[in-house]
Amino acid sequence: MQISPKLILSGGAALGATGALAAPVSAQTMTVTVNIPRLSVAEYHRPYVAIWLEKEGAAPRTLAVWYDVDKAKGEGTKWLRDIRQWWRVSGRTMSFPADGVSGATRAPGDQKIAFTAGKGPLGALGPGKYTLVVEAAREVGGRELLRLPFTWPAKPGVAAKAQGSSELGAVSVSFGK
Amino acid sequence: MKAKYLIAGALAALMLSGAAQAHRQWMLPSSTTLSGTDSWVTVDAAVSNDLFYFEHFPMRTDGIAVTEPDGTTGKIENAATGKYRSTFDVHLTKPGTYRIANVSTMVMGSYTLNGKQERLPRGTTKANLAQAIPAGATNVQTAEASNRNEIFVTLGAPTTTIFKPTGTGIELVPVTHPNDLVSGETATFQFLLDGKPAADLKVTVIPGGIRYRDALGQMDLATDKDGKLAVKWGAPGMYWLNASTGGGREGGPGGPGGPGVQGGKPQGAPPAPPAGPPQKRASYITTLEVLAP
Repeated sequence: MQISPKLILSGGAALGATGALAAPVSAQTMTVTVNIPRLSVAEYHRPYVAIWLEKEGAAPRTLAVWYDVDKAKGEGTKWLRDIRQWWRVSGRTMSFPADGVSGATRAPGDQKIAFTAGKGPLGALGPGKYTLVVEAAREVGGRELLRLPFTWPAKPGVAAKAQGSSELGAVSVSFGK
Repeated sequence: MKAKYLIAGALAALMLSGAAQAHRQWMLPSSTTLSGTDSWVTVDAAVSNDLFYFEHFPMRTDGIAVTEPDGTTGKIENAATGKYRSTFDVHLTKPGTYRIANVSTMVMGSYTLNGKQERLPRGTTKANLAQAIPAGATNVQTAEASNRNEIFVTLGAPTTTIFKPTGTGIELVPVTHPNDLVSGETATFQFLLDGKPAADLKVTVIPGGIRYRDALGQMDLATDKDGKLAVKWGAPGMYWLNASTGGGREGGPGGPGGPGVQGGKPQGAPPAPPAGPPQKRASYITTLEVLAP
């Protein structure tokens, strides 16, 4: 899995152009569900969230980054570095906004994001042991990171789950045809 | 302008060498790791006992130079000097690693005039050395003191263009990039003295926040034969790193150790006047940010 950020970007562009519907019927899918907890705090901002894949011996692959994409002059990117681990392994070598990867911050609740093998930011995955990492950092709040290991290719119906305790709620990844 | 520059540098250097037993010179950036395409850092610069509290003396900003990731000269903005600290901003508009540095070289020395030994005045540099020595002086002894106080900040991914050595004084060459430090990991830096690996260089590393703990938490380290230093980071935070060499007279009064070597002398003992001719000395200071994983 030799993936450079540039490759991810071009893959992202492909997703934007064709959409998931154009994927072959037999393509494997991966659905990530991230629960963003509803917090009762004096000052609430939606968290910045990064979702990426790690595999030993391969460059990490960023699947999604939710941040203040709509701020003037790209000012939202100023705080991307607060998603610390993601910033170190992948973010700092990328340019933003990244096609197919960047997205707006999301509201509290269950947030679903689906990927199709061979398409978009997921791209073609070689077989092996992977870890899906979800990291959330909130302005004037905290930071939390969850790791979900899985084996690719995954059988349809297989799922991995993790439970956050502060900035993330339940996070799961499930696989289908 | 140039003279002012040099004097400021020399003053900063004096502060380092003369008062280094107690005081620590430092620059503290608001952030070392930045994202986006247009960011600012603001820097506090002071000379103090504790780290990183401004309670003694501001550092002059006249001699502070910015080197941008592509090697071009940047600038500091909004510089202001108060009672206890100076502060200034640096605007980051290019991706990569910036250096913010106060580098100076001063000349120390002595001469004999009318049978009496005199010291070269403060602020003597290579440029004004000729004027500093009066006619008729004999037995002129001089030595250079190179002082470097620098910090690094990175917009986006770290780069290494600015680490090209100049061959003067003590310089840091990254093995681990100084803007890629994480607690629990071990970082390696190489130190050069006048362009060559500085073997057995004594390096002191002290975590900030001294005021809120009893133990100084100082790490006394030394470079290996290749000038390389391994530092295992404890808790995340800002760390002050100081390396220095020369100045002391090995085996004689005033030595061993040099300016800035903390704990090199017994507490409270006044430094003995050095004997013999002055020695070349060099000092290096940086502030490093160690992030949580």
